[in-house]
Amino acid sequence: MSVEIVSAQGETPPTAAQDAKIAQSPLAIRGLTVSYGEKPAVFSVDMTVEPGQMTAIIGPNGAGKSTLLKAALAIVAPVSGRVTIFGRPLEEQRARIAYVPQRASVDWDFPTRVIDVVLMGLYRELGLLGRIKGNHRAKALDCLERVGMADFASRQIGQLSGGQQQRVFLARALAQGADLYLLDEPFAGVDAATEKAIISVLKSLREAGKTVVVVHHDLATVVEYFDNVFLINTRRVAEGPVARAFTEETLQAAYGGRLATTQVNQLAKA
Amino acid sequence: MLLDALTLQLGYNATLVAVGAALLGTAAGITGTFLFLRKRALVSDAVSHATLPGVCIAFLLMAFAGGDGRNLAGLLLGSAVTAGIGLWCMNWLTRNTRLAEDAAIGAVLSVFFGFGIVLLTVIQTLGVGRQAGLEGFLLGSTAGMLYSDALVIAAGGALALLVVLLTRRPMTLVAFDPEYAAARGLPVSRIDMLMMGLVMAVTVVGLKIVGLILIVALLIIPAVTARFWSERSDQVVLLAGLFGGAAAYIGAALSASAPNLPTGPIIVLVSFALFALSLLLAPNRGVLAAVLRHQRFQRRVHLRQGLLALAQGQAIYESLTLRLLRRAGLMRADGVATAKGKARAAKALRDERRWDVVRSDMTHEAAAALYDGLRDIETVLTQDQIQDIDRQIGGPSEVPA
Repeated sequence: MSVEIVSAQGETPPTAAQDAKIAQSPLAIRGLTVSYGEKPAVFSVDMTVEPGQMTAIIGPNGAGKSTLLKAALAIVAPVSGRVTIFGRPLEEQRARIAYVPQRASVDWDFPTRVIDVVLMGLYRELGLLGRIKGNHRAKALDCLERVGMADFASRQIGQLSGGQQQRVFLARALAQGADLYLLDEPFAGVDAATEKAIISVLKSLREAGKTVVVVHHDLATVVEYFDNVFLINTRRVAEGPVARAFTEETLQAAYGGRLATTQVNQLAKA
Repeated sequence: MLLDALTLQLGYNATLVAVGAALLGTAAGITGTFLFLRKRALVSDAVSHATLPGVCIAFLLMAFAGGDGRNLAGLLLGSAVTAGIGLWCMNWLTRNTRLAEDAAIGAVLSVFFGFGIVLLTVIQTLGVGRQAGLEGFLLGSTAGMLYSDALVIAAGGALALLVVLLTRRPMTLVAFDPEYAAARGLPVSRIDMLMMGLVMAVTVVGLKIVGLILIVALLIIPAVTARFWSERSDQVVLLAGLFGGAAAYIGAALSASAPNLPTGPIIVLVSFALFALSLLLAPNRGVLAAVLRHQRFQRRVHLRQGLLALAQGQAIYESLTLRLLRRAGLMRADGVATAKGKARAAKALRDERRWDVVRSDMTHEAAAALYDGLRDIETVLTQDQIQDIDRQIGGPSEVPA
């Protein structure tokens, strides 16, 4: 079996082929360790995201999924490790990345309307003092349309349901016109309609050649939604195409005894 | 007297104080709003209390150097230094220890203020310089305000406003969603520092008028007041500036219109009056509006439940429901539905079924989001859409006449 179960120590020396892969990868991580206090949440992780595909980051609760994403974007400071975006340092490539944080990370009573949140996605275009013009509004409305939220443009954000909040966050990311989309648990606690809307937008991004990375918790939909999986439990457990890396063996390794064997069998065969 | 004061007819000092206060109030309202939106309003209280040791140390240095210990620019500079140290301590405590921010605020506030009071007492017993008036920095004292003092306040306020104008977008983004802001490459901690720096500048500049104990009111109350009136952050910021400026101007005029009225505390009370009015009267978030809204809602619920009960031939027990049905002419005194009541009841039942369709059909999502069990369906859908739904449900014969 060619499953890439890797041990933390098993880092192979870099070769020319690997260097080329890193240079092409929208998001390549090497030796990343992130720690809250003195307990590593992510330990010595390598990750190489395939361009133009959809990748799920999965693993049990507290396995470091969200932390991995935040450290990749330098939202939390890593203890060690190197991150490159399309082969270049992160700070040079910020404009090509769109990040969708967890819904619960903001206060939804903040005085702002749906369209204002999407306009935040145009922050770079607007600059410090530029006025918001008709074309900016049209662009924001178009992004809302793509997530099925155009009717809500002038609503107060506090009036939205959880799923609608999530779609507004996605619209804000779309407004950036990025090449790499990183989403933290976009399907957590949302209704079926929202899940459908989000996945169809993500698939359309993939069709447009964009790269999508999603922190995901629902093992039942991995096979249906994603091309690749990245299994993590503080350390990298497996990485690769769903057919090869999302198996009984890798799931058992990532989740340990937390999934019943029958469950694992069903998921991997789905 | 008050009218004279409001129209700046009360003499040189009163005019100076009123104009200075209005500028300070505007600057404090606007900068305070960002702090309020970032949910760090209380940090300003610690910053303001941390100015006291600086004022005292600056006084001692200037007095021992042989100068006038009460030079305002010198005192403000000193206050800025210790306020900065206090701010740094708070950041350090929150970041490098397990202390939460509220605990860090409490620690810094009390220690710095305590130290300041010790110095103040020492100065009073030393008898160096002409120390009279130094305690005026606690609650503000405008009696001896000079033209140069007003200039310092005006310049500081204007500078703070200019910085806000230039950085309002990043500051709003950081206040709403710091993680997203960091992902976009914004220097979040530096923007936070800038926000605190602005608050520090306003605090220092405001020491002379409102004093360090009450400046926090000028930073926070206008923002909270403005929040009642708008759901947009840019409007909240502007309104807070307006409320802050107005409260400070009116407060300064009021205190000048009668002898022995302290300026700072009066400004705070005027500011509170604006807050109380907003709390009561604001259209959406106000208390009165909420009470009226709840009453109206309750009546609609009762009426709807009553109609549905009528349509399904169920008994109604609640006296409010019965009263509402009778008053609307939908039910006779003996509890039998009138013709109008029967028609409305049938319509209510029909609407329930239509709503079921709307809510199970994704194409009607925006309409379905408005479902509250009370709304007439024709307020959210067109006649064509309703007919379409009726075809799905079946003929109108299903509705009991």
